[in-house]
Amino acid sequence: MAHAHTVKRYTGLMDWLTTVDHKKIGILYLIGGGLFFLLGGLEAILIRIQLMYPQNDFLDASTYNQVLTMHGTTMIFLAVMPIIFAFMNAIIPLQIGARDVAYPFVNAVGFWMFFLGGLLLNVSWFFNGAPDAGWTSYVPLANNEYSGKGVDFYVLGLQIAGIGTLAGGINFLVTIINMRAPGMTFMRMPLFTWTSFITSALILFAFPAITVGLVLLMFERLFSANYFDVAAGGNIVLWQHIFWIFGHPEVYILILPAFGIISEIVSTFARKRLFGYSAMVFATALIGFLGFMVWVHHMFTTGLGPIGNAIFSIATMLIAIPTGIKIFNWIFTMWGGQYSFNTASLFAAGFIPTFVMGGVTGVMLAAPAADWQYHDSYFVVAHFHYVIVGGLVFGLLAGLHYWWPKMFGRMLNETIGKFSFWTFFIGFHMTFLVQHFLGLWGMPRRIFTFLENQGLDELNFISTIGALLMGVSTIAILVNIAVTQMKPRNAPADPWDGRTLEWSIPSPAPEYNFKQIPLVRGLDALFKEKIEGKKEMTPAEPLGPIHMPSPSILPFTMSIGLFIAGFGFMYARWDFDNGFLDAIFGHYIVAGAGLLITLVSMLLRSVFDDHGYHIEVEELEKEVHA
Amino acid sequence: MSATHHAHGSLPAEPEKATLEGRNKILGFWLFLGGETVLFGTLFATFLGYNNVKGIGDGPDPAHLFDLKLVALATLILLVSSLTSVFAVQAMHRHDKSKMLLWFGVTVVLGLAFLGLEIYEFVHYVHEGHTFSTSAFSSAFYTLVGFHGAHVLFGSLWIALLMLQLVKKGLTVVTAPKCYVAALYWHFVDLVWVFIFTVVYLMSKVG
Ligand code: HEM
Ligand SMILES: [Cu+2]
Repeated sequence: MAHAHTVKRYTGLMDWLTTVDHKKIGILYLIGGGLFFLLGGLEAILIRIQLMYPQNDFLDASTYNQVLTMHGTTMIFLAVMPIIFAFMNAIIPLQIGARDVAYPFVNAVGFWMFFLGGLLLNVSWFFNGAPDAGWTSYVPLANNEYSGKGVDFYVLGLQIAGIGTLAGGINFLVTIINMRAPGMTFMRMPLFTWTSFITSALILFAFPAITVGLVLLMFERLFSANYFDVAAGGNIVLWQHIFWIFGHPEVYILILPAFGIISEIVSTFARKRLFGYSAMVFATALIGFLGFMVWVHHMFTTGLGPIGNAIFSIATMLIAIPTGIKIFNWIFTMWGGQYSFNTASLFAAGFIPTFVMGGVTGVMLAAPAADWQYHDSYFVVAHFHYVIVGGLVFGLLAGLHYWWPKMFGRMLNETIGKFSFWTFFIGFHMTFLVQHFLGLWGMPRRIFTFLENQGLDELNFISTIGALLMGVSTIAILVNIAVTQMKPRNAPADPWDGRTLEWSIPSPAPEYNFKQIPLVRGLDALFKEKIEGKKEMTPAEPLGPIHMPSPSILPFTMSIGLFIAGFGFMYARWDFDNGFLDAIFGHYIVAGAGLLITLVSMLLRSVFDDHGYHIEVEELEKEVHA
Repeated sequence: MSATHHAHGSLPAEPEKATLEGRNKILGFWLFLGGETVLFGTLFATFLGYNNVKGIGDGPDPAHLFDLKLVALATLILLVSSLTSVFAVQAMHRHDKSKMLLWFGVTVVLGLAFLGLEIYEFVHYVHEGHTFSTSAFSSAFYTLVGFHGAHVLFGSLWIALLMLQLVKKGLTVVTAPKCYVAALYWHFVDLVWVFIFTVVYLMSKVG
């Protein structure tokens, strides 16, 4: 029956360019997202150096706008989202006992779209300047009259990256619905898988909205459409609605997986099952639902009127209820457990109070009358950084230390790890706590400098020192990774005495994940077997050959095509000095060529079937002893 | 692995759901259509937002410009094409490859006929001064209707490509889910058109 298809197995760079293995794609996302995170962090430091002293001239106003815009855009779309995707890719199939994701090929497409979209966005630094209209790209600021060429890069780069995200979201939904191991019912799924599931659903319903928004903005800028031109009957508030009906769910897309990570880590290190598991699941779903109902709280000051504002204010405050449930459940899980502290569990513990503080200022902002005061001040900056850095980034760093052995087969160094935790934790509060006061005392957001002796000097200085301290922490994490990478690959399969399925297989996981699909008999599947005195999972199937999808270069070429097409569209109406460039860009030749590369890649994919290959039983048995 | 097995042996009654790959494809596609719904929902919202600024700019008034007879003909063509794609899927369940090819072929022809009418319509409007840049209304109109048109074009090409695959590889558990999913897509595109017909064309006559 099983044809022995010979498959090319690539090595080196080609292996990474062609891989469709979800674990390798997870690593690619981690590297890609990590690089952009460093870039966004560098931009943050530049911003803070500029604001270290009053009337500083380190950056001029225009450069500041670009750095600020790219910091926000990079962090949200190119750093934290991909790092979330890194964990989703690396861990979800393992947690549900699956051999792979539903569409390995599409998975690779998703990664390359993200990466090349992000690259397109960032090469803007070298061509006519980076986007400068803020990460929200509000019109009319983002129209041709008021902003530079950079916004075209924003529009097209994010569009390409967004396609990748959407593909990833659908992939995880199908994987989780259709590919759970026998016995892995929905109400036995680990919380990281659950929160990723809801996040994927949010991606599915939020990203098409921003897709349309970016298309409208692109048509406005490149093809003279009139949606946002008031003289032609356009309306700028439309952009805000479209942006925020995507943008608000987006913040939940970000934070929910972090909630999942915290739940896993808290229960592992408290050595107790998660308190209120089903309440956690329902709270997650409820937050996901409410996430779509509150977008207008970003627009209280646009003048939508008291009724609209009141409804959205109340809806926003309602989210505090399921969120509160989660917070209490984490605390009850730690309560009475023996919470052991290492780098991962410290970041998880640090998450809780920090996130609560961000939540409290969120409720303050949700009162429209108060928001009128806080709006566009540093108070807002402080609020969302408490949520996204104090919440999400803490969660991601916790997850990084927790799952590193599973992803790379090596244990990170604990001493350096703890150093990086404390510098990050202290640096974080130093940077952002004072920004609440800066905001309340009148410092506006997105302005490149401030005047002397207005009571803003000291706190700005403190804030910058805090940011530098976080920079030190980041360097420590990089050192930790480098040091670890030089040691042998000797992490045990289950270094933390874990509870979920990913800890039942070797670290790092073999390419087929599970030699035999496990039989799940309860919540915390592995732990259940452990308390019954067993060391590993009971298999749900006999040992047999395992079918694997073959590697392919097409995801890469498809994305390269779109990357080229992006340039083509942007520069089609540009005045080049050079006649040759004018000729090839001017007639959409470059754009067409790029699209052609993508279409031909898609055609090739559809014409040639992927038969994949098999890993035979002998090989499987060999690997046990290796 | 069961895929190759079935391909040589007998086909199950619902070949599109015979393998996990097939079931994944169908589920994923339904989800994708959920995303497409949001996409078109946003485009409709944009259009409705600008429906009241029709008079702005120096273009003609759409209430007089729009030719309902032409649009009704296009609607009829597209609705029939939905029916023919159902016939194709029914033929698939009878494992009748040649009827499948026939009905998919008719579907593609109808889709292209629809597109032809739409292109004719757009060209006509542009001549009358209703261009993409005339007003916020005209931009929103061309974006919504044009997006749908692009979907029809894509669907036609897709089904045509699938017909080639059917000829080359036959009806198997690999090709069946693709055909099923393409038919779903086609229904979705038709459904969106029904809304466009109502919201864009009919409402402009009464409004
Ligand atoms: C880790 C250290 C970080 C520092 C020191 C930092 C600092 C800053 C500063 C000073 C601003 C400018 C505020 C203004 O003038 O309006 C800013 C804006 C922003 N930051 Fe951060 N940030 C950091 C991390 C992050 C992360 C991890 C994210 C997201 C995941 C993020 C998202 C944003 C966003 C969305 C803006 C708003 C940009 C805009 O107004 O267009 N930041 N950040
Ligand atoms: Cu919000």
